[in-house]
This record gives sequence, C-alpha cells and structure tokens, in this order.
Amino acid sequence: MFGLELLRGLAVTARNLIGSYFSGDRMVTVQYPEAARPTPENFRNFPFLVYDERPEELRCVACKICEKECPPQCIYIEQRRDEKGRPIKQPEVFDIDLAVCMSCAICVEVCPFDAIKMDHQFDHPTDNRFSGLLADKWKLARSNQYYHSIRPAEAAEVDARLAAEAAKKAKPAK
Amino acid sequence: MNTERFAAQFPQMQWDAATSSWIVPHQSLLEIALFLKTDPEFRMDLLSNVAGVDWLSSKEKVRGEDGKPVERERPGYLEVVYHFYSVSAKQGPIVLRCRTDGRATPILPSITPLYRSAEFQEREIYDLYGIVFSGHPDLRRILMWDEFEDFPMRKDYVSPDDYEWEPTPHDDVLERARQHRREEERRRA
Amino acid sequence: MLDLGGANAADGEILDAPLYGPRSYRVFGDDALAKHFLEISMGPHHPSTHGVFRMDVVLDGETVVRLKPVFGYLHRNHEKLAETMSWLAAIPYTDRLDYFCSMTNNWAYVLAVEKLAGIAVPERAEYIRVIVGELTRLVNHICLAGFLLADLGALGTPLLYAFREREKILDIFEEISGARMMCNYMRFGGVRVDLSPEALQKIHRIAERFPFFLDEFEALVSRNEILLSRCQGVGVLPRHLAVNAGVTGPMLRASGVDYDLRKVDRYGIYDRFEFRVPLGEHGDVYDRYMVRILEMRESVAILRQALAQIPEKGEIMNPQAKLRNLRPKPGEIYSRIESPKGELGFYLISDGGPCPYRYRVRPPSFINLTVLEDMCLGQKIADVIVIFGSVDIVLGEVDR
Repeated sequence: MFGLELLRGLAVTARNLIGSYFSGDRMVTVQYPEAARPTPENFRNFPFLVYDERPEELRCVACKICEKECPPQCIYIEQRRDEKGRPIKQPEVFDIDLAVCMSCAICVEVCPFDAIKMDHQFDHPTDNRFSGLLADKWKLARSNQYYHSIRPAEAAEVDARLAAEAAKKAKPAK
Repeated sequence: MNTERFAAQFPQMQWDAATSSWIVPHQSLLEIALFLKTDPEFRMDLLSNVAGVDWLSSKEKVRGEDGKPVERERPGYLEVVYHFYSVSAKQGPIVLRCRTDGRATPILPSITPLYRSAEFQEREIYDLYGIVFSGHPDLRRILMWDEFEDFPMRKDYVSPDDYEWEPTPHDDVLERARQHRREEERRRA
Repeated sequence: MLDLGGANAADGEILDAPLYGPRSYRVFGDDALAKHFLEISMGPHHPSTHGVFRMDVVLDGETVVRLKPVFGYLHRNHEKLAETMSWLAAIPYTDRLDYFCSMTNNWAYVLAVEKLAGIAVPERAEYIRVIVGELTRLVNHICLAGFLLADLGALGTPLLYAFREREKILDIFEEISGARMMCNYMRFGGVRVDLSPEALQKIHRIAERFPFFLDEFEALVSRNEILLSRCQGVGVLPRHLAVNAGVTGPMLRASGVDYDLRKVDRYGIYDRFEFRVPLGEHGDVYDRYMVRILEMRESVAILRQALAQIPEKGEIMNPQAKLRNLRPKPGEIYSRIESPKGELGFYLISDGGPCPYRYRVRPPSFINLTVLEDMCLGQKIADVIVIFGSVDIVLGEVDR
C-alpha cells in the first residue's frame, strides 16, 4: 500500500522524540553555555608553557626544536642573553600566533624537556585578530599545578620521569 | 604477469630498477597503454594515478672519453608517472614514466582517450606543472583560477608576494608588507 | 558553437596557439540554439553542493544537456606545502584533506612512508588502526546517507539521527586523540596514544548498538516511497565506464565491480578478518546508498573481530621509529588504501632529504567527479543534486 512506509518512518521519529526524554542514547546534546560537556584528558587546544615555581623560570630552554618542527610555523622564539651576550637557557621571547596554530600537538611531542603542553581552554575571545591572538610567554605560562589539574595522569607520569632524570644527573656528580 | 613479453614487445622502453618502472618515450605511450589495456594477460583497466614530477637540471658525473669522470650538466625535464592496475585480474601495478624534452615547452600525448580517469588528473598537471597534453578534450586550468599565469608545483616557482598577503606577527610577510607600504608611499609621492 | 579549446586540434595547431594561459570555452554563439538553452551556474554557494563547488549546467527546459564541474575554491596546494616541510609535519595537514575521515587519511600517508622507509608496525597498533579506520568508515557512510537524504528534501531528521550516532564515535576519537575531527593520530611506526580499557569499552558498545541504529535508520527511510522514486534508476553509472574513469570505493562497487582494496591489497592486517563486499546491481543512486548501508554492517563485523582479537597489552609504537629527522633512502612509493570515499593513494618520492621531493595525493573524491557529467546528462536538474550527493565528495580533498 502506498504510504505504508511513510507511516513506518513516522513511527520511528515518534519513538525517537519520546525516547529522547528518557534515553541518553537518543539525546546527546547539552544546553551549552549553562551546561558544558566534560573535556577528556587528552583534549588538546592551544599550547601553554609549564613552569615549576615562578613564571619567570619556564621549563623551556629555548632550544627551538618546536619552532623548527611546527607545521604551520606559528612559534617564534628568541633566546635570552646575559650582559656579555652569552646565551642563557631561557626564552627571551616565546610567541605563539594562535590565529595560525592548528592544535596539532607536534610541538608537545618533539619537546625533549616537557616544557610545552596542550591546554583545555578553547575560547579566546578578542577584539583584535592580530595582536589579540598573539600569545606571548607571559600569556602562555601556566604552573605545573594547572597542568596537574587538567591532565592528572599525564602530568604525574611527566613528573616521575623528570624526577628520575634529575636523580640520574645528580648521581655522577658525587 | 609476464613482464618479459611486455618488454620484448616494446624494445623502446627502458626499465628503471631504482623505481621499478618503465621509462617510455612519449611517441609510443598510447601504443603501450593500449597494449596494457587490451592484452588478455595484463588487462590493466584502471589507471589509478597520474602524477607530474619536476626534475630540475643538475650536475651529474659521467665517465668521459678518456675514462676520467667528467661533470656534465643534466638537462631538466618534467615527468608524468602513470600507475596502472587491473580490476578484472586484480593485479598491478605497472608503472610507466614519460618524460618531456626539456622544461620550456613540455608536450606529452594525452592518455584520456584511453582512460577517462586521466581527464581531471591531466588537467591538474597542466594546471600545476604546465605540461600540455595534446589530444586532451578539455585542457583548462582546474584548481587555480583561469587568469593565473605561473605553474605553482614547479620546483623553481617563486611565489609572488604582492597579493593575498596578510600581516602576521614575526613573519617575513610582515616585513614584505612594510616594504610594499613604503613602495606605495614612494609611488604616491 | 562549441569551442572546446583545442579539443580536436592537431598537435601543430596547439603549438601555434598560445601555449599557456586560460583556455576559455564558449558554450553559446549568437545562433538560434541560444534561445532554447539556459546556462546556469549552480554554486559555489548552493546549499547542497557540500562545500564550495560549482557546476556549469546547460539546461534544455529542465533536462541537463551539459554539466561542467568547477572547483578549486578551497585550493591551498597541499602538495607543495608538504614538499616544503618535514615528513612528520605533513601528517596534521593530511587531516584536512577529507575532514570527515582524518584517521584514514593519516593511515594512508603513514602507510606510504612506512613502506618507503621500511618501518615495521607493532601488532597492537595495527589493530588500533583497523578499529579507528572502521569507525571512520561508519562516521563517513552514515553522514553521507544523512546528507543524501537532506539533498532529497528530508531536511533535518535523518541527518540529525546520523549526526547523533557520529557524535558518539567522535567522542571516542576525542578521548584517544584529543580532537574530534582533526585527529592527527597516527605516526610512522604506530599510533600516538594507546586505547584505554574505557575507550575499548565504548567501542564495544558502538559495535553492539550500531546495527540497531542502522535497523532504525533503514526503517525510517530505506523503503520510503519518495526515496525509491527519486533514487531508483537515477544517475546510472555503467560498470565499464566506472572502471575506465577510475571511480573507486562504494561508487564502483555500487556499479557491480568487486574491487575492495581491503580484499585486493590486504594492507595492514585486513587478511585476518572475514567480511563480505556488498555489490550493487544497477549502479543508480539507490544502489550507492544501499551499498554504503551494507558496508557499515560489514564494518561493524570487522570491528567485532578486531575487538575480540586485539592483544591485551603491547607496544603501540615501533621503538626504532624516529619521530623527528626522518630521512628515507632515495626512492619512490605508491601506496593506496581503501578510504571510505575510495582509493586514497599517496605517491611519494624521497631524495634522501628531510622533506619529500614529491608528495602526491590521489584523492578519490576528485577522480570520482570525472563521471559526474556522464551520470547527469539527460536527467532533470533536480536529480543533479541527488546524483551529486551520492558521489560522496569532500571539497577539502577535491581541491587540496
């Protein structure tokens, strides 16, 4: 009979409409600004720089590996130098152009010092698309506690590895 | 697949062991492709991939007449690589490469009359490498806009800096933008 | 009247004509035919062109007499970009090719480089690749079904049901890779992050629940009278033309050609799974829709087998594989996989340097568009949308 399949289809939509009030499987959306969905630990957005105690002392040593490997070339680093012009293992300038960054996390993977990690914060409202989206090292610096708060498992693993490396380095000095 | 028979049939081909492909003179490309397509043993009915490659001229060392190595200029050329597979016999690939004479006026025969799958791919190569495929039914630019003049996939392509730039911090684009602005002001003055 | 820009010109004439530059083609002169035909430009802002895609359509009344696809609006020269950066840095760019299936794009590129550089992949990583690859196929096919129905006029409902299921799979992708669509998940010699037991549990649940969803989806539309009358016998693609035009993937199989690279090439570990290859009979729009639905059921079967066989523990990265400073020996490779859209191939030439000398993508949706005109000729203009929707393209991949 013509139209029978139409009715069958309508039965499906009715089942979905009513089911969406009872089953989470049929209702996957949330009312966003009021309710947010939990971000998984692995979620990556834009990078940040980790410091252990003070924001002036970043873990970053300005080795420029991430600058070289970054696919869209959004990182810009200048090394700090003392009065005599000798390099110090700290970045003088560490800028990330968030308008260019594509959140691929390759900088995190290639960093040998665990100094750059991916943030969970995904909203960066600004009224200037050039300077407003240029993050300097003060804007990027986050404490290790913050890192622990967004990625507890990964941060604990990194801390253990860094401690082991420090212990290994300390031993031959004896 | 009995490639020896294939090689014997077309002595003008040259086997390139480094890339496992046949270097084919462009005069006999269509003849060879027709053989591959119709031969009951090969039945290469799917031309999967057509790719252009640009080889710039380079220095190469060859043995001279007196036996001593001589440095010689190897002229650059453009190359089109064809990957044939067989759907009906589920075999392949057979790789053919076809080289142009030099890079100034590169012309190759179009394989589109035999394999429709080459239609867009040859247009793309014409668009990005500038190889003209004679016999192609509709050879126009496909990815770049019609008024574009250069061939961007060529290795010696220099990107123009005077359009579609956007100042991003810490970029040579920014410097270029300043330069343009200075030039603009100078022109106005 | 029809000036095809050197179509039938002999070689000499082409030489005499200006070699380079635009070759415009005029469709109409001032003759009487112009009164009967109407040339319209569908797109690039047409809502059902799946992106920025334009068709130059010539109509005789409502019937299509000529159709030329025009694209390139999203062109960013992905190939040239990849030739200027390291082998590793090209991986995130492959995500952006076919942004519905970033996992299979990663896989195709990574597989090509692994073959070129001779990198082995650990067992568990191979299983993870199959699992995420098949999940990607589910995502792509169900979305295509939804979009196709939206093109047919079933605005909203089927598409949103499809997106609801896709959402569950994207949640898993987000959990393992950190991003929903731009996964950037695979690396040379393995995958980046291991599947946690919780993620595996969720995938189990998908494999369990998805067939029920498909039943429901089919009950909703598959035998709907409007769908049948709009799709059956429309846009027929004959088998010989499909093969000759290099059409691959579900579109080729809908025309009745048994060619699935998972069976033919058996790349990765696909030889360990049992699955059937659904084939169409008529090669029309309805077959293309149905083949994809059936393929999803087979994907679920592969998922179940992979979940049962995956080793409990194991490496996910080859420890010998280098992340940075990869320099494959000079040589070349053409490697292809069965992406949800068709045969996705990567043709790479290495000159021993830090970046690829030649990096070529063989995009399935680009080449599948070759036959768009052949399928549309003689059809009504309203069917062009449906036929185009059944080709399943993503403009990020067409334009690169």
